Amino acid sequence: MKHIKTLTNKTLKGTMTKGGCGECQTSCQSACKTSCTVGNQTCENNK
Amino acid sequence: MIHQYKNNGYNIVLDVCSGAVHVVDDIVYDLIGLYETKSLAEAKGCLPQYTEKELSEAWEEITALKEAGELFAEDEYKDFVIDFKKRKTVVKALCLHIAHDCNLSCRYCFAGEGEYHGDRSLMSLEVGKAAIDFLIANSGSRRNLEVDFFGGEPLMNFDVVKEIVAYGRSKEKEFDKNFRFTLTTNGMLLTDEVMEFANREMSNVVLSVDGRQEVHDHMRPTPNGKGSYEHIMPRFKKMAELRGQTNYYVRGTFTRHNLDFAADVLHLADEGFQQISVEPVVASPEEDYAIRQEDIPKLCEEYDKLAVEMLKRKKEGRGFHFFHFMIDLEQGPCVAKRLSGCGSGTEYLAVTPWGDLYPCHQFVGEEEFLLGNVKDGITNTGVRDAFKLCNVYAKDKCRDCFARFYCSGGCAANAYKFHGNINDAYDIGCELMKKRIECAIMIKAAECSTTD
Repeated sequence: MKHIKTLTNKTLKGTMTKGGCGECQTSCQSACKTSCTVGNQTCENNK
Repeated sequence: MIHQYKNNGYNIVLDVCSGAVHVVDDIVYDLIGLYETKSLAEAKGCLPQYTEKELSEAWEEITALKEAGELFAEDEYKDFVIDFKKRKTVVKALCLHIAHDCNLSCRYCFAGEGEYHGDRSLMSLEVGKAAIDFLIANSGSRRNLEVDFFGGEPLMNFDVVKEIVAYGRSKEKEFDKNFRFTLTTNGMLLTDEVMEFANREMSNVVLSVDGRQEVHDHMRPTPNGKGSYEHIMPRFKKMAELRGQTNYYVRGTFTRHNLDFAADVLHLADEGFQQISVEPVVASPEEDYAIRQEDIPKLCEEYDKLAVEMLKRKKEGRGFHFFHFMIDLEQGPCVAKRLSGCGSGTEYLAVTPWGDLYPCHQFVGEEEFLLGNVKDGITNTGVRDAFKLCNVYAKDKCRDCFARFYCSGGCAANAYKFHGNINDAYDIGCELMKKRIECAIMIKAAECSTTD
């Protein structure tokens, strides 16, 4: 495309079916104890 | 729903519900806001600075992405939440309050200098073992289990920490579990022996330091009023090096006294740390160090400044990680995780020195949130169920927020402290979270443009 560069496509929708295994890290346990961010966690379901 | 913003010379468009992220030129940036309410002919009339050909091309590109489900995607997750409510949750992480006691007198301590508004107390090995047993018994088929040694200052009860780790390890094979132990420490008792143990057993360590010496010493004095910076810094540097500059964080808190906190983050980077987390204090509005609404523009400027400096340093080969700018656009969490948030009260619980269970470390001492104890398990299922239902769709303030799938509704404890309701949101925290997400995505855009 000439005007638009896509950094990442529709990554969320695909996770509706395969997601939810819960093996990922708890959000508040790593480096924040007050301002939780979930979007910076990594999925561990691909092992 | 889309969210568009300009940052550091980049025009960025997030397609909130699909998760797609686009970098666009000025034509698309100006046109996309009109796309859903105007026809192409009308839009052309609104944007006379562009040629008809340019606008037609841009319109076509937007349309192609819409058809591909990467722009203006509908929110299809609401029905998913209904199933989500019925889910059986398991416990996968515990925050063990190994010591309700501390050897520092940090002014902003939410734990009341370690005591959590109760008496000074150390966790016994018996309670620690019962906590491990509780976690194993309540974790279902979940293999990776996290246990954070927290306080107060956990190293004031180091012998029990060692024994709990040994006990946990002794159970891994039998129950097919993998314990990930972590330690959060102020560094006052960080000896070579502790470092050796932590580097063998702890998958992550969190080292508390606020940044510049004057900032740190003002907020983190010893009980007799002296600064702690000079005592802890050499130890933290050694620890970071011994861990190969990975699997640790130096973690600081900024307050109204250092609104120029980017200087503190950069100070930590200048001191050689490569894993840095510095977050805003959460405090009652009457405290002189509490962040106020009027401070938000200054803090947003600081995040911008920090993001630009991080890019510059990365280019120069001296980059570092800032926890709150980390974002995984490709392999990030699934929708289920993004909807459910941090897991407090369901997957993640805090354990007091005497074995009581609370939804997280921030709720300890709030009696109405007492869930049960490690011996009898969760007896107050009403509180657990309230947390189970706590998700982005349960929060009015989150429903139309572009950041909802990144922050997942924010911190329940902060919402409760400011509004008395876990399904509300802490407004200052929201503004800062949104800014951090914008900066994090800008960094990705900039990195992508330099690799092209």
